[in-house]
Amino acid sequence: MGNFENLYQALQQVDGFIYPNEIELRWGILIVLYPYITGLVAGAFILASLNRVFNVKALNPIYEISLLASFSFLLVATMPLVAHLGRPDRFYEMLMTPHFTSAMAIFGFVYLWYLMVVLLLEIWFDYRRDIVLWSNEKKGPVKYIYKILTLGVFDISPKAVKWDEKIGYIITVVGIPSAFLLHGYVGFIFGSLKANPWWSSVLMPVVFLFSAMVSGISLVLFLYMVISWIRKQKLDMQCLDTIGKFLFYILIMDFTLEALDQVHRIYVSEESFDIISILMSKLFVTLTIMQVLLGTLVPVGILGFFQFHKPNEIIRKISYFLVSILVLVGIFFMRWNVVIGGQLFSKSFLGFTTYKASFFGAEGFGIAILLMAIPFGILAFMLWLLPPWKKTHE
Amino acid sequence: MEKENTKVSSRRDFFKKSGAIAGGLLLVSMLDPLKQIKALAGEKPKGKGAWYGIGVDLEKCIGCGSCAKACKTENNVPKEPFFFRSWVEQYSVTANGVVKVQSPNGGVDGFKQPVLDKEIEKSFFIPKSCNHCAKSPCEQVCPVGATFISPDGVVLVDETYCIGCGYCVQACPYACRYLHPVKHTADKCTLCYHRIKKGLAPACITVCPTGAKIYGDLNDKNSDLVKFIKEHNCTVLKPHLNTKPKFFYNALKEEAE
Repeated sequence: MGNFENLYQALQQVDGFIYPNEIELRWGILIVLYPYITGLVAGAFILASLNRVFNVKALNPIYEISLLASFSFLLVATMPLVAHLGRPDRFYEMLMTPHFTSAMAIFGFVYLWYLMVVLLLEIWFDYRRDIVLWSNEKKGPVKYIYKILTLGVFDISPKAVKWDEKIGYIITVVGIPSAFLLHGYVGFIFGSLKANPWWSSVLMPVVFLFSAMVSGISLVLFLYMVISWIRKQKLDMQCLDTIGKFLFYILIMDFTLEALDQVHRIYVSEESFDIISILMSKLFVTLTIMQVLLGTLVPVGILGFFQFHKPNEIIRKISYFLVSILVLVGIFFMRWNVVIGGQLFSKSFLGFTTYKASFFGAEGFGIAILLMAIPFGILAFMLWLLPPWKKTHE
Repeated sequence: MEKENTKVSSRRDFFKKSGAIAGGLLLVSMLDPLKQIKALAGEKPKGKGAWYGIGVDLEKCIGCGSCAKACKTENNVPKEPFFFRSWVEQYSVTANGVVKVQSPNGGVDGFKQPVLDKEIEKSFFIPKSCNHCAKSPCEQVCPVGATFISPDGVVLVDETYCIGCGYCVQACPYACRYLHPVKHTADKCTLCYHRIKKGLAPACITVCPTGAKIYGDLNDKNSDLVKFIKEHNCTVLKPHLNTKPKFFYNALKEEAE
């Protein structure tokens, strides 16, 4: 039998009336991580494609980091989803016998498309020449890893490399709408539930998309700075300023969309509005302070100031580092406010339940922290295997 | 050439057959005598089989909680007060218009009036369970199709197939579903499918001391349920969500809609 201690505690803390089945908050911290990680994937990829497709040369230093970060997080994206299932042993059914009217079922295919067709192929074509070179230069077992990674194609004539370049470009072009699809789809999983007025919004996929870009760009900004410090390399200030500029614009768009969603709710004031306005006051710390103030307004203020006046490099570096962390934390709380916030109030619109996750247990914070740490481990391995700084650039 | 001919003719056959099926369906739908009630239930015309629904006369419900209790026993629903296939809510409206709602342990143990007698304007009970919606959002969102609508209109979960993602729990506007703490799969009212298929009434209906709750075949114009819907001013919960519930309430007060 399960342990119901948490539920008995929650029962004591029910505020107003909730339906009897609503005491248990079904989707916890792991489902907060799911859109968070997927967003980082999509955002990092979109930043990479800015460099490649839109030819933003200043972003050259972070192209490979963005791709590898996107890949590392993508490998982990489904882990929280599977871990939270009541029957994780049946997870494969979602791919074997998908129910086509279900947004969640289709996600599996969107995910696989993105992993197999977009990211893996793009990384492979981008690194193909280097993999061939490394498979000749390296010694010991690593040599054979590279040999396998060549997939038996050793042609690195200028003609073949040109082809790689061309195909890589096409994949990136296909990749941009795919990244939009990937994270817009995650938004749709929530936005399409008419039972929940906090989620049910046509803007949800768009809001998720922009918040994904914001978080992915911040992740790459953060990683680029940390990796450079570890490698004791000088940071490319033009690259940092360019990332900062894009982050500034997309933060404003993201904030505008989310504000529009809220303003619309307030003005239209549907039957659910009373409960939602109480919900927003209950989410004061995670919504008003963490998401809006620290996660959005402070970064917008700092980055906006830099668009008009550029202080010296040290101040800018520290500020960019701070901004990247603030935005990453802010977007985490944005996911929190959507997922947890949407389950705090009763569908009767007459009361609230509470959420308290323990540290231990299958759906505790401990697992969540572990799941967040794994992609950084994967990324470290990928950077060792495919070091961007050892690539041959023409 | 020959191959091409076969292709052409098989395509023509296909159109002919589908045309015949579509025409046939149209004809059957035009001849359907129960169209009105089905429209209320949001049902696309089905075959000749039963199409089950539930009705409750709230004027008869005394809030004894027998239905909620019987459901727990009959269906082996976990006894903890967090899991219900069937429950009862008590609404108390004061003279000032304040609405108090409660459902302690789903009404299984009965109710105590939370408002002083002199302050009460009106008080009533509402038994609830799965609405067996004809356009059920839970069935729509199930990623593996473990939730399905039976040919007789009952929304069921295949517990040997459910992956326990909880998407259906989120999608149900009426909070009728929970994740079973032992099976770790979604669970909900089955309208006592194991009983109705043997001609027995669902447990909640069998035990109701005032006969407030009935079930029946919406396809059968002589059924008690169809008569009940015709004779009373029935409504469903959250009709604006267009889930087309098949759980019909008589005398549902505005405070509870």
